[in-house]
Amino acid sequence: MGRAFVGIQPSFPAAAREALKDSQLRTNLAHATGTIRGKRARVTEELPDWEFLREAARGIKQQTLADLADLLVEFEKNAQAAGAIVHWASSAEEAIAVVREVAERHGVESFVKVKSLTTDEIGLNEAMNAVGVDAYETDLAELIVQIANEHPSHVLVPAIHKNRSQIRDLFIEHLGANEDTVDDPAVLASIARAHLRSRFLDAKMAVSGANFAIADTGSLVVVESEGNGRMCLTLPEVLVSIVGIEKIIPSWEDLEVMMQVLPRSSTGERMNPYTTIWTGTAEHDGPAEVHIVLLDNGRSRTLAEPVGRDALMCIRCSACMNVCPVYERTGGHAYGSVYPGPIGAILTPQLLGPGQAETLPYASTLCGACYDVCPVMIDIPSILVHLRATGPHGGTEKAAFAEVARTLSNARGMRRAHRWARFGLPLARLGSALRIGPIRAWSRSRSLPQVPRESFRDWWNTR
Amino acid sequence: MRPRVALFATCVGDVAFPNAIIATVKLLERLGVEVSFPQAQGCCGQMHVNSGFPDLAIPMVRSFAEAFSGCDLIVAPSGSCVGSIRHQMLSVARRSGDESLVSHVQEIVPRVRELTEYLVDDLGLVDVGAVFPHRVAYHPSCHSLRVARVGTRPYDLLRNVEGLELVEQENADSCCGFGGTFSVKNSDVSSAMLTDKLDAITSSGAEFVTSLDVSCLMQIGGGLAHERSGVRTVHLAEILAGTVN
Repeated sequence: MGRAFVGIQPSFPAAAREALKDSQLRTNLAHATGTIRGKRARVTEELPDWEFLREAARGIKQQTLADLADLLVEFEKNAQAAGAIVHWASSAEEAIAVVREVAERHGVESFVKVKSLTTDEIGLNEAMNAVGVDAYETDLAELIVQIANEHPSHVLVPAIHKNRSQIRDLFIEHLGANEDTVDDPAVLASIARAHLRSRFLDAKMAVSGANFAIADTGSLVVVESEGNGRMCLTLPEVLVSIVGIEKIIPSWEDLEVMMQVLPRSSTGERMNPYTTIWTGTAEHDGPAEVHIVLLDNGRSRTLAEPVGRDALMCIRCSACMNVCPVYERTGGHAYGSVYPGPIGAILTPQLLGPGQAETLPYASTLCGACYDVCPVMIDIPSILVHLRATGPHGGTEKAAFAEVARTLSNARGMRRAHRWARFGLPLARLGSALRIGPIRAWSRSRSLPQVPRESFRDWWNTR
Repeated sequence: MRPRVALFATCVGDVAFPNAIIATVKLLERLGVEVSFPQAQGCCGQMHVNSGFPDLAIPMVRSFAEAFSGCDLIVAPSGSCVGSIRHQMLSVARRSGDESLVSHVQEIVPRVRELTEYLVDDLGLVDVGAVFPHRVAYHPSCHSLRVARVGTRPYDLLRNVEGLELVEQENADSCCGFGGTFSVKNSDVSSAMLTDKLDAITSSGAEFVTSLDVSCLMQIGGGLAHERSGVRTVHLAEILAGTVN
């Protein structure tokens, strides 16, 4: 099992520098994100009401955040009435404790898992492994990442950084595939299928997340593509679902909008292949014991932020990372978080709280591509800029920007700025402030501009 | 009556890329527009807002508001600066707590035009009578495309330049990697993005790259010069004004 993930926050520029050296990673990412980008563009452009759907989805999530406290209680009441056992967890530790208690009570040594970011966020696999309970990932890409002892690098396509020959090698090493296995996707899928089938049939317990939690019915919804989720959610006797409190939607009707925007934004499909919805327990059908853990883990604090709270509207479609030019070059690992890409850059620092992931809000050129594709219209660039303003700054950096601000706010200053630009002074000042020698950083791949002798202002005033 | 506009030169244009701004003046005057240049102007404040210092941008917004007070229309040859004026300036003004500055900015912002918006929407022109017999790649800067939202106006103008061949480039609307201080704070990623942009440009067969934003052209031009590629960068205003030499 990999190491716990959230909480280790290397500086993004340093992690990105390492990732950029991996030319195989760059090729895989460019191919994979380019393919998904194209599919998403086709299935959203074909809808005449796509922008209305986005606005509707945004409205639903905004209402959810505004009424979250009431909706959570409503959800709990309805889920309990249907036979589910509802737990409230304010932290990762409290959520893990629930899973551990359930596993111990049933005497299981392992459980199967539906792909779930929330369980990755709390480091569930590692924590359970430490107490002698194995978590088996059953999503194909999660399985690949797990046997490679790595972390997912993409919300939706966890093994996006691996190509099929790398996957073939992993299957030979870890799943006992023959040495002469070819890197044909169908062959590789059948090896994984045979391996996973026995896991499903043996499992007594499963752990999942949820894409949506419907308040007015107390139902949970899992959206997946492989059918592994359906197996996990129906075969074992005991099911524990860990659900971030922001996953609530008010009503069953709201699901209609979400099930249109989510598949088109994430996989570029018109309709999702496997959608499993369950409401508590049912006699002789599915798990006999159903637990739901409502997880806070920094969400209430984020909800209290007037600008930043919009990050909680995210439905984890991953469209933002597929269009992000930064993500496309670095991949997900450089973000050091379960939530990479543009959404990760605004969600991770807020979920972790002050002093964490401080370089992530700067991991963007503010190009705006993420905002244009977000199905719930999260203004990611504006939140990035807001987080930069509320985060810490070095004293010299601030002094340099203050000096530049004084300079660029009047005519005399503008003339001084021209002289500075001519002689490189502001760059040198900014250089000591940013502590990475910006002139050197710039000049490695770019020539410095030639600043003309005459500024525009000089020209205007002497013509 | 002769149309009149006030020119916002943008700080980086005024100081480091005067040719683009001079071209803007010459183009507008050739089209019969009376151009004024309020001397009190400086920067729109975007660099400070985007770098996490919105309060430091307040004096810049104040001088912008004073400079353009009472002007009918304000034209700037930059998608990025116009985008920032439209989407950030008011929130900076609000941080000042100065209600008169807020109302001042509220009154000015709707009168700001990106150059191509002014030409196409206000003057009703797509053919400005320019001649430029070269192969040109257009880089739709992120902020002109997704913040100021100038739409197809630059393409409409370029297609009507006599002799100009607009070449296709792969992933044209992908960011060049500049992003202000991103280009130095994350210089490795910035360079990786630039590398792909340069590949797309050089393989397009273009002799010139043009854009609405000198900051992107500084990044792309810096990369082209570093590679000794021979492809030149020019602001769209320079093509339309016929001032490229």
